Amino acid sequence: MSSTPDESDPPFRLSQLLYDTRYRSLTIQAITFGLFVALVVWLVHNTLQNLANAGSEVDFGFLFQTAGYEINQRLIDYTPEDTHFRAALVGLLNTLLVAVLGCVAATIIGTLVGILRLSKNWLIAQLMAAYVEIFRNVPVLLWIVFIMAVLTESLPTPNAFRGDDPAATMLLFDGVAVTNRGTYIPEPLFSNSLGNLHLFGSGSLRMDISLDLLALVAVLALSVFAAGKVALRAVKIQNATGTRPRTWPAMLVILVLPTAALLLLLGFHVDAPELRGFNFRDGIHMRTSLIALAMALGLYTSAFIAEIVRGGILAISHGQTEAAASLGLRPGKIMRLVILPQALRVIIPPLISEYLSLTKNTSLAIAVGYMDITGTLGGITMNQTGRALESILLLMLVYLVISLIISAVMNLFNARMKLVEH
Amino acid sequence: MAERAFVRTEILPEESPPISEVGIWGWMRVHLFSGPVNGTLTVVTALALGVGAVFLASWILVPTWQADSLSACREILREIRPGHASGACWGVIRDRGIQLLFGFYPPELYWRPILALGLLALALAPVLFWEYMPSRLLWGSALYPFVMPWLLWGGSTWLPLGALAGFVIGASAYRVVSRASGSLFGLIAGALAALLWWGLLMTPVAAALAGLADIGLEPVRSRNFGGFMLSLTIGVVAIGFSLPVGIVLALGRQSDLILVKSLCIGFIEFIRGVPLITLLFVASTLLNIFMPPGTDFDIILRVMIMATLFASAYMAEVMRGGLAALPRGQYEGAASLGLDYWQAQRLVIMPQALKISIPGIVNRFIALFKDTTLVSIIGLLDPLGLTVSIRANQEWNGIVWELYGFIALLFFTVCFGMSKYSMYLERKLRTDHQ
Repeated sequence: MSSTPDESDPPFRLSQLLYDTRYRSLTIQAITFGLFVALVVWLVHNTLQNLANAGSEVDFGFLFQTAGYEINQRLIDYTPEDTHFRAALVGLLNTLLVAVLGCVAATIIGTLVGILRLSKNWLIAQLMAAYVEIFRNVPVLLWIVFIMAVLTESLPTPNAFRGDDPAATMLLFDGVAVTNRGTYIPEPLFSNSLGNLHLFGSGSLRMDISLDLLALVAVLALSVFAAGKVALRAVKIQNATGTRPRTWPAMLVILVLPTAALLLLLGFHVDAPELRGFNFRDGIHMRTSLIALAMALGLYTSAFIAEIVRGGILAISHGQTEAAASLGLRPGKIMRLVILPQALRVIIPPLISEYLSLTKNTSLAIAVGYMDITGTLGGITMNQTGRALESILLLMLVYLVISLIISAVMNLFNARMKLVEH
Repeated sequence: MAERAFVRTEILPEESPPISEVGIWGWMRVHLFSGPVNGTLTVVTALALGVGAVFLASWILVPTWQADSLSACREILREIRPGHASGACWGVIRDRGIQLLFGFYPPELYWRPILALGLLALALAPVLFWEYMPSRLLWGSALYPFVMPWLLWGGSTWLPLGALAGFVIGASAYRVVSRASGSLFGLIAGALAALLWWGLLMTPVAAALAGLADIGLEPVRSRNFGGFMLSLTIGVVAIGFSLPVGIVLALGRQSDLILVKSLCIGFIEFIRGVPLITLLFVASTLLNIFMPPGTDFDIILRVMIMATLFASAYMAEVMRGGLAALPRGQYEGAASLGLDYWQAQRLVIMPQALKISIPGIVNRFIALFKDTTLVSIIGLLDPLGLTVSIRANQEWNGIVWELYGFIALLFFTVCFGMSKYSMYLERKLRTDHQ
C-alpha cells in the first residue's frame, strides 16, 4: 500500500452529500428517517387529538371488566360474568381449534387430490383438475357462507329425530346426530375420574386440565418411547446378523396393553347424545358454524395444497426412481426412502404457508357467527366497550404472534432440511 | 447345395398400427382402461358423473324465471314434477340479478360502469397483448386512471383534468430544471411543482373553471356502489396500485441502505402477519382517528387504500422471489455496461425479474380479487353483502344454491380468465430452448 502524502483531502463540499456515493446513501437514509419520523409523529398527534376530542384515552383496563355476553362454542369454561380478557382467550382457543381442524382436513383432502391429479386415468385426473379450479377460483368467504347456508337449510332439525317414525336418524349406532343446529358426537367420560388440575388460580387465566387426560397422554408417550426402543434394537440385530427379528407382537403388547389397562381402570365410557326436550343433550356439541367454517377452509385450502403436492412430486426427476430401482429397492421403499424425503423438502415450506393463510382466514368466522378471537375481541367486546383502537391493536398483535410462530417453525424446518452443499 | 432359407429382398409396405393402439380406441386403452382397477374406476366415475349431470340438468332446466318468490317457484315445480319438487328457482336472478351486478347504482346511469368496464378492456389490451398492438396506445391506457373515477363517481370534469395537469406540470418542471441543473434537481423540482399544484392550486382552479363552464357527470354517492361492480372497482384499483408499490417495497427490501431495508421489512412482515379483515376494521373504524380531526373521507376510498397496502406487501414478496432468482451476473453485467442503479433496474433487472414472477403476480391478483368479498363484513354491499338482505327478504327466504351459484360463477369467470392468461403469458415469455 502506497500512500499519497502530498495530496491533502479536498475540503468537504455540500454537494458531495448528493453526488459522492460515499455520502449519498447517508443522505438518502437521513431523509427517509426524517420522513418516517414525521409521518409517525403526525399520525400519533392526530390520534391523540382525536381521542382527546372524543374524551377518551388509550386504556386497556376494559379487558378486566365484565364481558356480559355468552359464547356458545368454547373449549374452556366461561360465563358472561367473566372478563373481556377471558372472552378473548376463549376466542383465541376457538381460532386455534378451527385452524387445526381446517389444516387437518385440508392436508388429507389436498394430498389425495394432488396425487389423484397425477393419475394415469384421464377421467380421474380431469375431475381432480376441475375440483382444484373450482375451489381456488371462488372466494373463500363465499364458500364459508355458502356451506353454512347449505348446512342450515338442508340438514334436519332436532325435531325431525322425534317420534316413532322419525324423518331423520342418528348415525353410527345412535352415537352421532347431525342436525342443522350442529353435530352432536359422543363424549368420552371416566367414571373413576382422577379429577381436574386447577391451574393459574381462579382469575381470567384459570385453566382446568383433566388429570385423566394427562395420565393417558403420559402412558401413551411412554408406550411409544418403549416401542421406539424395540424398533431400534431390531434394527441393531438386523445390521449385525442380516435378519430382522419379529417385532410386531411385542409392539402390539407395548402400545395397546398399558393404555387399555388405564382406560379400564378409569372406567372409560362414552356418553352418546340424546334427544330431550327441544334439543339434544349430553355428548359434545359442535355448532354448525364451526363445522361450516372448518369444512369451507379445509376444502378451499385443499385445492392449493393439492397443487403443492402435485408440484412436489413432479419436481423429483424420474431418474431418482430409476436409480433407486437399480439399487434393488422395492416400490414401497423407493417411495418411502427416496422420493418422499426429496418431495417433502419441496412440499413442506409452501404447505406451512398455506397453514398460515388458513389460520389467518379463520378470522372470517365472524361472517357465520363463530366466536373466534375476531368475533369476541374484534366483535362484541369492541362494540360493547367502544375501544376500537385498543381492540384492533390487540387483535393484530395476536395474529402477528401466531404468524411469527408459524414462520419460525418454517424457518427452523428450512434450516434443518437445507441441502448440504460443498 | 444347402437349402437356402427364404430371404426377403424387398421391404414390405408399412402396416397401419392395430386399431386398438391408435385413434380413439388406443387413447382410451391407455388413458381410461389400462388395467382392471383403472377400468373399474373409470366406469364408476363416468356413471357417477352421468347421474350427476342428469340431475344437474333437471335442476337447472326448469321454467321458474318468472316466479317472484320462493313459494311461487315451489308451486311451479310441484306442478311440473309432482312428487319431488327439486329444481332451481331462477326468479331470484331475474329479480335481483341486476342488483347483484350494480348494487344501488342509479339504473339510468348503468351505462357509466359498463363504459368504464369497456374502456378498461381497451386500456388493458395494449398492456396484455403488447405484441400485437402499437406501443403508442399505452398513452391511452395511461389516461384510464383519470377517466375511471370520473365515470364511476361522476362530478365535475375539471377535477380529473386537474389531476392529470399535475403530472403534466411536474413533467415540464422536471424537463426545464433538469436541463439547467442536472436530473436530480429536476426530479425534486418536478415533484415539488406537482405537489404544489395538487395540494394548493388544483381545487380553486377547478372550481373557477367549473364556474366558467360547468361540465360534468351527475355525481353518484359511494353508498350507492355495490354488487359485482364494487368488487371489480376495488379489485382493479388495488391491483393497479399494488404492483408499483410492491416493486418499490421489494427493491427497498433488497437495498443496501439499512434503514430503508428495515422499514420495508417491518412493513411487509407486519401486513403479511395480520389477516385482511383486521386491516379492513382499521379502514372502517380507525383510519379517521389517524387523520387530522374533522377528516372524513369516503369508506370505499379507505378500503381501497387498505386493500392496496395489503396486496403490495404480498406483491413485494413475489417480486423479491423474482429478484432473488436472477443470477448475480446480471447485476454485475449491467454495472459493467456503465448503467446506474435505476437504468440497470429498468433495462436489465426488472424485465427479467417481472418475467420470472408472472405466475406469482397473477396469483396475487386473483387472491386480491377474491379478497374483495371481505368488504361485506364491514358493511359494504358487494354481492355477498347483498345476499344477506336478499335471503332475509320474505320472498326469497331460504334460497341458497341459485344465489351463491350466480355469484360464484361471476368470480370464477374472472379468476379463471386471469389464471389462463398467466399460463399463456408464461408460455409466450419462455425464452429458454423450447
